[in-house]
Amino acid sequence: MLSYVGRRLLQLVPVLLGMVFIVFMMIRAIPGNPAQLILGQQATVEAMAAMNAKLGLDQPWYTQFFKYLGGILRGDLGESMRTRLPVADEIWPHLAATIELALFAIIIAIIIGINAGIISAWFQNSWFDYIAMILALIGVSMPIFWLGLLGQWVFALEFSWLPTTGREQVRDPVHAITNLYIIDTIIQGRFDQLWQVMRHLILPGIALATIPMAIIARMTRSSMLEVMRSDYIRTARAKGQKMFWVVYKHAFKNAVIPVLTVIGLQMGMLLGGAILTETIFAWPGIGRYIYDAINFRDYPVIQSSVLVIAFIFVMINLVVDLLYGLIDSRIKYD
Amino acid sequence: MSRKRMWPVALILLLVLSTALAACGKGSSSSKEDTLVFGRGNDSTSLDPSRVTEGETFKVTVNLYETLLNFGEQDTTIQPGLAKEWNTDDGLTYTFQLEEGVKFHDGTDFNAEAVVANFERWANGDADKFPYYSSMFGGFKGDEGHVIESVTADGEYTVIIKLKRPQAPFLKNIAMSMFAIASPTAFAKGDDEFARNPVGTGPFEFVEWKPNESITIKKFDGYWQKGLPKLNKIVFRSIPDNSARLNALLAGEIDLADGINPSDAGKIEGDDKLQLIKRPSMNIGYLGLTVTRPPFDKKEVRQALNHAIDKETIINSFFEGQANAAKNPMPPSISGYNDDIEPYEYNPEKAKELLAKAGYPNGFEMELWAMPVPRPYMPDGAKVAEVIQSNLADIGIKAKIVSYEWGTYLDKASKGEADAFMLGWTGDNGDADNFLYVLLDEDNIGSNNYTYFKNAKMHDLFIEAQTEVDEDKRIELYKKAQEIIHEEAPWVPLAHSTPLLAAKKELTGFLPHPTGSDLLSKVEFK
Repeated sequence: MLSYVGRRLLQLVPVLLGMVFIVFMMIRAIPGNPAQLILGQQATVEAMAAMNAKLGLDQPWYTQFFKYLGGILRGDLGESMRTRLPVADEIWPHLAATIELALFAIIIAIIIGINAGIISAWFQNSWFDYIAMILALIGVSMPIFWLGLLGQWVFALEFSWLPTTGREQVRDPVHAITNLYIIDTIIQGRFDQLWQVMRHLILPGIALATIPMAIIARMTRSSMLEVMRSDYIRTARAKGQKMFWVVYKHAFKNAVIPVLTVIGLQMGMLLGGAILTETIFAWPGIGRYIYDAINFRDYPVIQSSVLVIAFIFVMINLVVDLLYGLIDSRIKYD
Repeated sequence: MSRKRMWPVALILLLVLSTALAACGKGSSSSKEDTLVFGRGNDSTSLDPSRVTEGETFKVTVNLYETLLNFGEQDTTIQPGLAKEWNTDDGLTYTFQLEEGVKFHDGTDFNAEAVVANFERWANGDADKFPYYSSMFGGFKGDEGHVIESVTADGEYTVIIKLKRPQAPFLKNIAMSMFAIASPTAFAKGDDEFARNPVGTGPFEFVEWKPNESITIKKFDGYWQKGLPKLNKIVFRSIPDNSARLNALLAGEIDLADGINPSDAGKIEGDDKLQLIKRPSMNIGYLGLTVTRPPFDKKEVRQALNHAIDKETIINSFFEGQANAAKNPMPPSISGYNDDIEPYEYNPEKAKELLAKAGYPNGFEMELWAMPVPRPYMPDGAKVAEVIQSNLADIGIKAKIVSYEWGTYLDKASKGEADAFMLGWTGDNGDADNFLYVLLDEDNIGSNNYTYFKNAKMHDLFIEAQTEVDEDKRIELYKKAQEIIHEEAPWVPLAHSTPLLAAKKELTGFLPHPTGSDLLSKVEFK
């Protein structure tokens, strides 16, 4: 087991290296001059030249690449061209905001998606099945910005139940310690603020959860249908076990593996792909951080953020692979 | 209903219930009297105004720092600031008498030494560090073009600035947000440290910055102007999406929002809880014609386009009337505006004649570059481009609309790769030089003159005007320059828009400034 994990971690090195290289080349292939974008429309030619020299953008790409790589190996993620601050310092508050939102969303997606999928499979071709699958289809295809603005309009403007945007009640800001506001408010015993933070999570959380929820529901359903047809389920039924236990215990345990894979992938997607939700809900997360960086061609920020997300992504995959073994003892690591 | 069927029903009920329960919070709490939440499109880059060029930074810093001179409340006239009096005899030596008893937020005394230290800091920098300093004062210490010879203290409260040659907009430059006087104690700790911990003499002091989320500033108790500021706290929130920002205002989570779509103006005026606020216009939206690319090298073709485009329709349709048609490359509020210029009337027939004269009786094919991002001077580039496209089709020109992501767009346009491109400009200091010279002179080809337009006579007028201290003579020079620009027609000037803001009804004392940096010291809630 340990040697397996070690091997997997070693395999990550070339993967991440290759990724750093591809991102590095890709962003330089987009036209657009960082110095001009950062200095704005008001920039003079001299200012742009001075900036390029200072940022090392006047050097050949391979010099820039190895310089950056050297920094990474020393644990230095570089410095934002725009704000002149170390990316390592800047990235955490954004990453924390995204992690909080993504975990909230994935929990909603798992609870609702899995249950909807199981019930759909259990009562195959019932009205619930049809409705759930139509909803899942809508969920996958609905544009998130439309859903988000619709949610704002209904729940924030029409009913005034929920706030429209942001992470906190700004008139009473949370004092950030870990930048995970749920934890920060609990540490400080500010349960009134915790309540506000939770309320701010609901709308963006639901908007973000829609797609994974639908995908998880569909995957669970098809995986369950396959299992439900197998002999041991019929045996369990014949032994007079309650249907509920048959479905939720015996069948689901064997159907869960592909669902787990999908959850892992979706979790990774949420970490990197929440840009639309983060824009609509003014959520200060990593998606917006990268989006801004791309707009300003802030190379170090783009490279390092993508690297960090990729690292988290492969780690999630590793955890999922290890979970297989815990769930299904037939899977061996050697 | 059999028990089998109960399950799904119960589950759906449970889901609906749990969502409803979770949602049943209190609505947003009513606003307290003394905290203002200001929603805007983006976060600041830095809180050191001397190091950046983007407006979102100045929106905050104008409330944290002060400048030697100020602009008027809603114009760009010169008013006292940290300097209560100033004078010059020859346009080369300026003497500033400073306010006494002013303190920085960190307790450091504000005096002549502090002013000198600020100027020293900038003059010893480079263009990458202090981009605005180099563009406004012609470089840095030791540079050929650097206009400032020396900045010295004469006693505790007198500063003398000597120039190498007269600079007409010098006082206006001094009043710009980026030349704010900062606490020498604070910037001595290092530039990067200072950018996140700003210290000035302004009515508000810095509290906290949560990147991409909010910047909080609070009342500075030791502020030298008695009775100000009126508010206790201001929170600048970044809400990038215009519709979401309006929603936040409607929901009462923010008290003031800028960047309101012209199409939402009616909605706000019809809401009895809100007020629509208009920012005085100091911008221009235009269609640039790259004169190095045939057929735009022919003056008649450029004039033809000026006659072909129906500005009134564009303004009524996409600016919702919140704009005035433009005839010159700068807005009428700026000193030196030539109102005698006869605008090119919308006249497709005349345009066709001019095309025939230029040798294109059947028109030609071209690319029309549409702006990919909304800006105050151009709320919807794609739609405006479609109107222009159909106007051009009327005179036989086939225009293909192309657009790129903003960074790419600027990059390609600055290299002269566009036939015709939409762009605009918001003024920095209300001086004609900041529009005409910056956008159309040969010195700025490669930076802000994307049309590659050159005219020796016009260039001489600009250079003369930069050192002409007599305001009347200066105005004459700029009027002449505008005649040349009108005749040569490197642009189709489109509109001077009125940027819109919206606020709660109870908000008073808010006077939006044409530069886009709003001083909030007199703002309060009724």
